[in-house]
Amino acid sequence: MPESIAELVANHPLFAGLPGDTAELVAGCARNVAFEPGELLIVEGEPADTLYLLRRGRVALEVRSPAKGAMVIDTLAPGQVLGWSWLFPPYRWSFDARALDPVGVVSVDATCLRSKAEADPAFGYELMKRLGAVILQRLQATRLRLLDLYGNDVAG
Amino acid sequence: MAMTSPAEAPSQALARAELEAQLHYGPLVPEPYRVAAARHETEDVVTLTLEPLDAPVADALPGQFNMLTAFGVGEAAISVSGTEDGGRIDHTVRAVGQVSRALCSSRPGSVVGVRGPFGTHWGVDELAGKDALVIAGGIGLAPLRMGVSQLAADPASGGARHLVVLIGARTPNQIVFAEDLRRWRDLGTDVEVTVDAAGPEWGGPVGVVTGLLDTVAFDPAGTVALVCGPEVMIRFSARALVDRGVSPERIRISLERNMQCGVGLCGHCQLGPLLLCRDGPVVDYAGAVPQLLVQHER
Amino acid sequence: MPLGDAVVIDRDGLDQLISGLTTRGYRVLGPVVRQGAIALGEVNSSEDLPEGWHDTQAPGSYRLEHTDDSALFAWAVGQHSIKADVFPSRSVVWRAQVTDGTVRLEETRDDAPSAALVGVRPCELAALEVLDRVMGTSSGDPLYKRRRAGLVVVAECGTPSGTCFCTSMGTGPAATGAFDLALTELLDSGGQRFLVTIGSEQGAEVLADVETRVADDTDFSARAAVLEHANSHMGRRLATDDLPGLLARNLEHPRWDDVAERCLACGNCTLVCPTCFCSTVEDTTTIDGTVERHRSWSSCFDLGHSYMSGGPVRSSTRSRYRQWMTHKLSTWWDQFGSSGCVGCGRCITWCPVGIDITEEAVAIRAGEAGSKSVDAERG
Repeated sequence: MPESIAELVANHPLFAGLPGDTAELVAGCARNVAFEPGELLIVEGEPADTLYLLRRGRVALEVRSPAKGAMVIDTLAPGQVLGWSWLFPPYRWSFDARALDPVGVVSVDATCLRSKAEADPAFGYELMKRLGAVILQRLQATRLRLLDLYGNDVAG
Repeated sequence: MAMTSPAEAPSQALARAELEAQLHYGPLVPEPYRVAAARHETEDVVTLTLEPLDAPVADALPGQFNMLTAFGVGEAAISVSGTEDGGRIDHTVRAVGQVSRALCSSRPGSVVGVRGPFGTHWGVDELAGKDALVIAGGIGLAPLRMGVSQLAADPASGGARHLVVLIGARTPNQIVFAEDLRRWRDLGTDVEVTVDAAGPEWGGPVGVVTGLLDTVAFDPAGTVALVCGPEVMIRFSARALVDRGVSPERIRISLERNMQCGVGLCGHCQLGPLLLCRDGPVVDYAGAVPQLLVQHER
Repeated sequence: MPLGDAVVIDRDGLDQLISGLTTRGYRVLGPVVRQGAIALGEVNSSEDLPEGWHDTQAPGSYRLEHTDDSALFAWAVGQHSIKADVFPSRSVVWRAQVTDGTVRLEETRDDAPSAALVGVRPCELAALEVLDRVMGTSSGDPLYKRRRAGLVVVAECGTPSGTCFCTSMGTGPAATGAFDLALTELLDSGGQRFLVTIGSEQGAEVLADVETRVADDTDFSARAAVLEHANSHMGRRLATDDLPGLLARNLEHPRWDDVAERCLACGNCTLVCPTCFCSTVEDTTTIDGTVERHRSWSSCFDLGHSYMSGGPVRSSTRSRYRQWMTHKLSTWWDQFGSSGCVGCGRCITWCPVGIDITEEAVAIRAGEAGSKSVDAERG
C-alpha cells in the first residue's frame, strides 16, 4: 500500500522521531511531487515558497554566471533538505536547484508551514531546532571548502 | 557625419557619400598611442598609462571604456581607470585572454591603438553633494576608480556629501589601487575592504562583500549605489542593497558582454533589448535588467 | 517628369534603361539564375534576367523551374540578398604598417563604381531601410553608406512564394520606401510591358534616354490586379499585433525547448536573412609588419558569438535560437525602432529542417496563458 503523506514526512530524517500528530500537521501543508532530470525545482530570484524534503534522486544547487554557465555549489541527496529562504523575508530564492536524477520530494508549502509554526510555538521551536542543525552543519562544511585546501596558496 | 535617411532617395546621397569615402574611415579605426608606463597592480593585473602619438581621443567619463588594439593580436574593451594631463589615459587590464595578455605585457615605448570613448557612464556629476555607496569586486574597482576619486573630493568640488566604498578581493595580495584606497581614506571616505581568505596577518574582514553592508552607516533612501564586479557578485550585491531599502532605480551596475566594435554595429554585445556598447555598460538595476541577468542565457 | 508620375516601357525600353545605366558609369546588378537559384549578378541587358523562371518554395525546400513564358520577374527571392552588395561578407577595415615604436594607419578605400540595383523586390528595399537604421546612421559604417548611395530600381511582386509574408510586415508587394524607379511587370493582352513609377529626380533622369509613353487607366488597373493577386497568394501570414511584447513576456515558454530539439544551430537563417548584420573582426599580421583588421559576417548561432573570458554566454541551442527570433521580432524595436523582419521568407525556405518563424510565433501566442514568466524584482 502506498505511504501517506504523513508517513513520508515522518520517515524523512528532518522529522525523524516526531510524534504522529505533528507529522500530520506538516502533512497538511505537503504533497508528493516528482521532477525529471534537468528540471529546475528552484529558480534564483523567484518567490521562496517551499520546503523540499528529498526522498529520491539528487539535486544540484547552482549559480549562473554569463560565461561560465551554471556553477554547482552543492549537491543534495535523498534524506536531505532543500530550501531555507522561505524562513525569512524577503522570501526569495538565492540560487537555482536542478534535478540531476529523477527526483521525488515531499513539497511543503512554506506559507502554510510558517503559519502553523506561528500558531503552535512548541512545533515552531522544534522545527527551528531541526532546521538550525541542518544549516549549522552545512555552514561548517562550506567554511572548510572556502579554505580551498587543495589549492597551492591558502592565504595571501 | 551626415546620415543616409530612409526618407531620402539613395541617389540623392551619392555626392555626399563620395565625399565621406575620402574622409577617415570613422569610428572603426584606432588612434595610435604610446605606452608611457606599465604598473603591475597584482600578478595578472596591469595599469597601462597611454599617451597619444597623434590626435587624442575624447576624454572618457567615469564608467566609459575604450577599445584597445594590440597590433597584430586583436582588440578588447577596457574600462578607463584614470585620465591625466596631456591626454594621457589609464587602463587597468587583467590578463584573461590573448588580447589582454598582450596588452599586459606591453613595455613602455610600444604602440597600441585606442578607439573611443564608448558607452554610458556612472553619472557621477549628478551625485555632487549627495550620498553614494560603491561596491566593487575584484577588478571591478577599475571602472569605478575615476568616479570614486571624483566623489571622494569635497562636495564643493563635485564630491559626494557622504561616500562609502566597499571592496571585495580574493586575497590580500589581489587588492588593487592600494594608494588610491589610502588617499580616499585620507579624504574622509569610509573605505572597507574584505577578502575571501587570508592569513592571520591580514587583520581585516574576511567574508563576502555584502557582509560589509551591515558594518557601515548609510541612508538607504537617499543613497545612490554604484556596483561593479563579476556578474554573480553584482546580482547578490544589488539584492542585498534592495533588501536594505535602496530602491532598484538608484542602483547602477556595470555589465560586460563580448564587445567588438563598440559602436552598435557588430551585434555581439546584445543583452536582450540592450546593446551594451551603446546602452551600457552602466545600466539601472531596475526594470528589465533583473530578468535579463537571470533568464537570457539559460 | 515629376516625381510620382508613371510611364510605361516595353522590353526594348527596359534594355535602353539598363544600357543607359551602364553609360552613366553604374555597375548594374540584378537577379540572375545561378546554380539553380535566383542570385545577384551583373546584368548587361534584359536577357540576363530570369526570363521564364518560376520558383516553388516551402520550409526547407526551394525549386526553380524554367518555362517558355516571357515573364522576367515571376519569382520570389532566392537565398542571396542585396545585403551582400552594401555589406560585403568580408572587408578590410583598416591596414597599418607597424615598425618599432611607430604605427602608420592607412585608410582602406572602396573604389568600386556605384551600383545600380535593378529588379530589387519590395521586401529587399525594406530590408535595406532596416539596415539603414543599424549601419547607415551618423556613427555607422562608412563603407555601407557609400555602397548604399547607388541607384535602386524596384520590381514589384506579382508571384509570391510559399514562404512569403511581406503583406504581414507591411513591406510589399507594392514598392514602399525610397526608390529611384519602381517597375511593375504587366503581362496581359496588352503585351509585355512595365509600368514605371518615378521615385526620384535621378530616376527621372535615367528615363530621359528611354522610349516611354504615359501610363493610362488600363495600365494602372493591370498593376492593381498584379498586386491584388500577390496580396491574396501570400504563402504565410504573421500576426504582428503586440508581437514584441508577446515574445518579451514569454522568454521561458516551453516552445523554445521544442524548437531547440529541431534547430541545428547551422546559422543558415542568419546567412540568408537580408537584415542580419552581425559581424566579427579578426586581426592578421604579415612578416613585413602589415597588420590588417578584417570584418566578416558572423551569426548569433555561432557558439563563439557571445564568448566572454571563460566561455560562451549562450551555450545552448535553445538560448541561441531564442536570441535570434526575439531579436528579429522584438528587441530590434528597442534597439533600432523598427521590426528586423521584412517577411521575405528566406529563413523558412533555407532552414534545413524547415523551422518556420511564423509557426513558432503562433505556437508561442497560443500557449501564452500557460507559460511561466519570471516577475521583475520587487524592490
